[in-house]
This record gives sequence, C-alpha cells and structure tokens, in this order.
Amino acid sequence: MSRRASVVLAIVVIVAAVGLPAFTSGFRLFQFTQVCIYAIALMGLNLLTGYNGQFSLGHGAFYAVGAYASAIMMDRWAVPYGWTIPAAGLVCLVVGFLFGRPALRLEGLYLALATFSLALAVPQILKYFEHWTGGSQGLVLSKPKAPWGLPLSEDAWLYYVTLFVTIIMFVIAANLVRSRVGRALMAIRDNHIAAETMGVNNALFKSVTFGVSAAYTGVAGALSAVAIAYVAPDSFNVFLSVTLLIGVVIGGLGSIWGNVLGALFIQFVPNWAQDISKAAPWAIFGIFLIGFMYVMPYGIAGALRLLWIRAVRPRVTGQGGEAVSPQVPSPSR
Amino acid sequence: MGAILEVEKLEAFYGRTQALHGVSFAMEEGGITTVLGANGAGKTTTLRAISAMVRTRGSIRFASEPIQGKSTEDIVAMGIAHVPEGRGTFVDLTVEENLRIGMYARREKRHAGRDMERVLELFPILRQRRRQHAGTLSGGEQQMLAVARALMLGPRLLLLDEPSLGLAPLVVREIFRILRLINEESRVSILLVEQNASLALDLADHVFLLETGRVVLAGTSDVLRRDDSIRRSYLGY
Amino acid sequence: MDIFVQQVMSGLATGGIYASLALALVMIYQATDVVNFAQGEMAMFATYLAWSMLNAGMPYWGAFLATLAVAFVGGVVIQRVIIRPVENKPILTIVIVTLGLLVIFNSVAGWVWTYLQKPFPSPFPREPFRLGTVVFGAHDLGEIAVTLVMLVLLFLFFRFTPLGLAMRAAAQNPVSSRLAGIRVGWMLALGWGLAATFGAVAGLMVAPILTLDPNMMGGIQIYAFAAATLGGFTSPVGAVVGGFLVGIVENLVGTYVSFIGTELKLTVALAMIIVVLLVKPSGLFGRAHVRRV
Repeated sequence: MSRRASVVLAIVVIVAAVGLPAFTSGFRLFQFTQVCIYAIALMGLNLLTGYNGQFSLGHGAFYAVGAYASAIMMDRWAVPYGWTIPAAGLVCLVVGFLFGRPALRLEGLYLALATFSLALAVPQILKYFEHWTGGSQGLVLSKPKAPWGLPLSEDAWLYYVTLFVTIIMFVIAANLVRSRVGRALMAIRDNHIAAETMGVNNALFKSVTFGVSAAYTGVAGALSAVAIAYVAPDSFNVFLSVTLLIGVVIGGLGSIWGNVLGALFIQFVPNWAQDISKAAPWAIFGIFLIGFMYVMPYGIAGALRLLWIRAVRPRVTGQGGEAVSPQVPSPSR
Repeated sequence: MGAILEVEKLEAFYGRTQALHGVSFAMEEGGITTVLGANGAGKTTTLRAISAMVRTRGSIRFASEPIQGKSTEDIVAMGIAHVPEGRGTFVDLTVEENLRIGMYARREKRHAGRDMERVLELFPILRQRRRQHAGTLSGGEQQMLAVARALMLGPRLLLLDEPSLGLAPLVVREIFRILRLINEESRVSILLVEQNASLALDLADHVFLLETGRVVLAGTSDVLRRDDSIRRSYLGY
Repeated sequence: MDIFVQQVMSGLATGGIYASLALALVMIYQATDVVNFAQGEMAMFATYLAWSMLNAGMPYWGAFLATLAVAFVGGVVIQRVIIRPVENKPILTIVIVTLGLLVIFNSVAGWVWTYLQKPFPSPFPREPFRLGTVVFGAHDLGEIAVTLVMLVLLFLFFRFTPLGLAMRAAAQNPVSSRLAGIRVGWMLALGWGLAATFGAVAGLMVAPILTLDPNMMGGIQIYAFAAATLGGFTSPVGAVVGGFLVGIVENLVGTYVSFIGTELKLTVALAMIIVVLLVKPSGLFGRAHVRRV
C-alpha cells in the first residue's frame, strides 16, 4: 500500500476510533480498549518475528513484566499510572535486550523452545517472588478516573488513554519499519549472512530488536494492568503467549495493519466461537484457526495485499509491483 | 529396435519463466545421446522435464507410451532412472542402503540380487565401502554410487546430469568407460547432459546442442566431431 | 542405595513415557521441520478412545492394539487431509494449524467425555516386585517393557524393511527419493501415523498413573520437549535417550532436593531445556545445522 493510501486509511480509522465511545460503552468499550492493547503487544511481537525473523513463543513474559512493573509502581510507590507506562516500557526494553543477547546463538526451533520455556516459567516465577508480586492473589489496583472533571466514564477515559498510546506506538513503529533500520531488520530476516557482509551488525540489531519488541509488548502489559486494575500470575500463563503468536500470524507477519486485524481476531473470535457452540467453543476456535490458515496462509494482511496487487497490477506498466507479504523463512528448509 | 524416447515440441516452465521453447528429438533404444550446450541453455531442464520435475507442455513418449502429465514416481517405475546434478546421494544412509533405495521402485524384483552383484563388480570401491555412510565417500565414489543406484532400478533409460562435474579427469574417464560397458551389456539407453563436450562426444553416438531452450544442432557425434567449423563455433575446440 | 535404585527404575518408567512422546515429536520434526504441538492432545484423545473400548467390555490388550491401530490411521489421515494443504506454507502457518488441532482435540475430548477425571486400568499386577531388598512397582516394570518392545519393533522396521528405508530416505532427501520412485507425501503420512501410535502408547501408559482427563498430557508434552531438546530434535535415538534421562533426573531431583515440591518439578524440565540450549542447542545426539551459503 502506498504511503499516501496508508495515511488516509489511518486517519479514517483514527477518526472512527475516536468517535467510538459515542456508540458503545461499558463492557463493549472495554473490549475495544483490549483490542488496542493487543494491537500494541502484537506490534511488538511482529517487529521481532515478522520483520526480524526471530521466533518468539514467549512474548507473554514481556507482557507480564510490563504489567507487573506498572502494578508494582502504582501499588508500592503510588506512581501515577501515566508515568508507569513508559517506565514499564523502559524496563522491558532492558529485559528484552538482556534476553536477546544470549538468544543470538539460537535460531528457529531452538529460539522458539527457549522463549516457550520462558513463557511457561512466568507464572511460577511470579508466584515465587510473593513479596513483590503479591503471590497467587496478585495485586489489586484502582481504576483511574478522568482528570480535570472531564465528563467521561472510567471506561471511556481508559479507552482514550489507550488509544492515544496505541497511535503513538504505531506511528513510531511505522516510521521505524520504513527506515534504514527497518530494512536492516528485514535483511537480517531474509538472509542474515548476506546482511552481515553488507555491513549490518547482526548481533547489535537483533538484540536491540528484541529489546524494542519487548518494550512494545511491555507497554501493552502495563496498559492492561491499568485498564483491568488487577494483576495475577495465572493471567500470564503460556496461553497468553500462544494467543499473541496466533494474533500475529493471523493478522499478518511483517505488516503494520496486520496487528490491528490480529488484535480484533484474538479479542472477538473466541466470543463468536462461544456463541456458536456452548459445549465445545474452543473446538470452533480451532476450526477457525485452521480455516484461516488455509484461506490466508500469510495472514489477513497478506491476503489483502495479494488482492490489492491483483487489482492494481493491470494498470502498472514497467514498474515492479509491490512486494508480496514477506514470509517468515523456515529454519532449515 | 524402436525409439525409446520421443520428445516433440517440449516446453518447460519454472513458475512463469519459460526455459524450453519447443524442443524436439528422438532416441533409439540402446543408443547413447548427449545433450550439449552452455550454462543456462536448458540441458538440465530437459532431463527434469522428462522426469516430470518441472511443469511442461508438449509431448514426451517413452517406449511409445505418453508420459507427460504422469507423476515422477510413476515415470521412475516405468523404467527411467535419473541421476540428478550433484548426484543426489543419501548422505546419511550407508552405501548399501543407497543401493537398496535404488531398487525400491524396481518392477522385476527377482533379479535384483544379480544386479546388485553386477553393480558391485563394476564398481568394486562400493563393495569395499558398503557399510560406510555415503556422505564420507569422495566425489568420484559418490558419482559411481549414484550411477549404481540408478542401475539398481533395472532401467531402460538412464538420464545423467553432468556426471563429470567436479571430478578428476581420470575418474571421469573410468565412469564413462563403465557407462559404455553397461550400455553394451544390458542395452540401457543413456541420455547424457554434459559440459565436457569432448568426453561426451567420445561416448555418445548422437548429439544435440541446446541454446537458450532450443535445439540448434542435431546429428551423429561422428559427423559433429569431424566438422571443423561446427566444432569450433559451437563447441569451442 | 535401595532408594536410589528404586528411584532410577521409577525414573526409567516415566522416562519411557517421555521417550515415546518425544520420539513422536522428533519423527515428525525430522521429516518436515514442523513441531506438532498437538501431539500430546492426539495421544490423550487416543487414550480416551481406549477408555471407551474398555468400558464397552473389551479386554485390555485387545483395546491396546485397537487403539494403536486407530491412532496410526488417525495420524495418517490428519497428515493427508489437514496438514497437506499448508505443507509448503511458512512454518508459522503450519504451527498455527497444529495449535488449532491441539485446541480441537482438547475441546472435543472434554465435550464427549466430560472433564471429570476417570480412572484408567493398568494391565500389570498390583503387587510389587521384590529383588533382594529393592522393591519395584509392577506397573513401572511393565511400562519399561512395553516401551522397549515398541522401540525395538520400530528400530527393526526402520532398519530392515524396504518401507522403513524409504521413509528414512524421504525424510532426509525428498528430491532424490522422488527420483527413486518413493511417494514422499505418503511417507510423511506414515511418519505421522507412527508418531501418533507412539503418542498413544505414552498416553495409555501414563493414564493409570495420572488418571484420565483432557489436560492429562499437558505436563507430559513439556517433558517430551525437554527430552527432545536434550537428546537432539534431529535424532530419534536422542529423543529416546533424552526421555529416559529426563525421567531419571526428574525423579532423583524430586527425591533428593528438598525444596523442589511437585509445583516446581516442571521447572526442572524447563531448566533442562534452557541449560541445553545455552550449552549445545542441537542436543546430545543432534547435529549442529550447517547451512550452505
């Protein structure tokens, strides 16, 4: 999609998003807040896996770190929630980078295993450090109210805060991806040996990408702590990491818009599945997953891109068509 | 003795790119034909087309039976053994297991044991290295193993893709000698793709020359070898 | 000393279960670069089918063999029907499909058989075995025996039969295999069938210990990952050795290290994975992947 079309679409979506609270409220509005949060988390995972080719089956861990960082700051040190969000992001940036360095030696399956193990260990680690995390019971926080007497419900205020952060994070990511840095990331993903010979410092880029990716997902976690006003270890189990992975593949790896689409999927499709079958809702969800992968193996964004190319191509003369959705290369095929 | 292979207006495609533009030729049963040409002329593609490893249009008949549209596995079972570029050795299996794979699709299982013996006689080094992992063999030995493996099928037609690639001249000469022997003994037809034109012309009785996916020259190797101008302009020596 | 030997035997018994499931994972990974995340759930489902058969009055070993047969066919069908459409797509696409299968099997099992735990019979006698001063559980010994028999049969199959050789060839070099007339697609399907069979064996052996419920194989699958990582994801032998080792380590750590209660036992598996990945990612028997530039 051209830059201009993308910007126009973004403006349309943002306007619609801003107007949303006029039409929904309460739980439904909260669901959309959660969509924004997921979108940021998925953007983080997508930076690492979609654009840089490093598989992570454990991003839930960074989500948890962000959530707990924010919660602990609010609970123990009465830090205003607004400040906890960038602070959580910073903490995750460092944690992600520290994880990214040793992870440099791991590729494909092995990196997936390492991150998977990390994700599995998170609830136990959280329960272990009871003193800080409140153990199995977690931490109860208070929901922020709209400041300066603005006539907004708690849900609406949270929604706008989240939307604001989402827009900023996405603008940053979009610029990053289209810059030299973004191209370097993708070069590493597609052929890291060639990239290195072209002067891209693989080690530095890969570990920093891990950090940035963790920061994004950590910010999402922090926002979720603020929005839900409660953190507990069992909410951050391996299932969360798997959900994020599903979101990013269904939405479309290597795509900015894919993250929004993926977030909508992971938020709403489980509910639809439950509407379809009360008895075995997850079976329906599983069927959805498989069906989506058959029809759109490169994600929704990938499928849309292919449609766009086919629609645009007849008119394009002599110029190369836009590149098809980048694939995450398989480890040793 | 009829034609073992008849190819008519063969077109071959890699995705959208067309690599062969209407290649036509025929081979007599029991003959040895070599396909020559520069890199990228379409020699390997021709073999791949016969083995149905690429998308094709046109007609290919093997012993008067049309085979275009059949699957690779079916074509192999009909008696066409293809030794690919790079030999395609199963490096993690032993020499013996490589040979046993060769006879997997063999129609006449009865004489398999006899063929195995013959193959080990032709290539004694394989008997010596029978239990070794194929990956530990030298290039020349792997080439011998690849040919032996192909022979275990009991094929009527042997497709060879650049057997001399990367091998020392003495080794190549030995392999070609054995190919002639096999051809004389069991009347296996051989379609040989080669860059080493002089060696190929010594072995083959018929030649055709490919240039960017088209046949530009065809004839007996005798005639081509003797025609100085053709030799110089097309074969460079 | 007696306790040590007992714990080692016990560890070998559970290790056999891990080895079976790890072998299933590695068989599929080796041939296709895909980790079948649904392997454990497929095993659980097969075990439930066995339960239904036993409930209907079938004798144990009859149900055992019937279950293995059904699991085999199921594995083949799943590969041909569900996996084949995405065979050549990006790896993560295939991963999502296996996750979908995981969720479907788990959910359907809960729906058909409810989430109530069901006791599952063991074919082995209750009385423990005595050898000198050491006491062995009969089920433990039986498990080890069953696992070993299955492994020997598999080894013989791969080593000495043409079909086994063809499967090995197809896994290693699909292109050359096609040129040898081997139908690579069907070899993959057979691989899935065998993997499902071994998964079912793991399920049938563990059900009497853990009692049958839809989430029974979750923890086992993690141990199987640890086993495959330790032994090497590219080596079936490694998966088996890894399984037995993980079983022994798990038991010994549980016995001798006091603060590792049952909650933290899983952490042992995870720690093993991390340590192996830090030291030698390709595992004990795996080969480091050398890529041609």
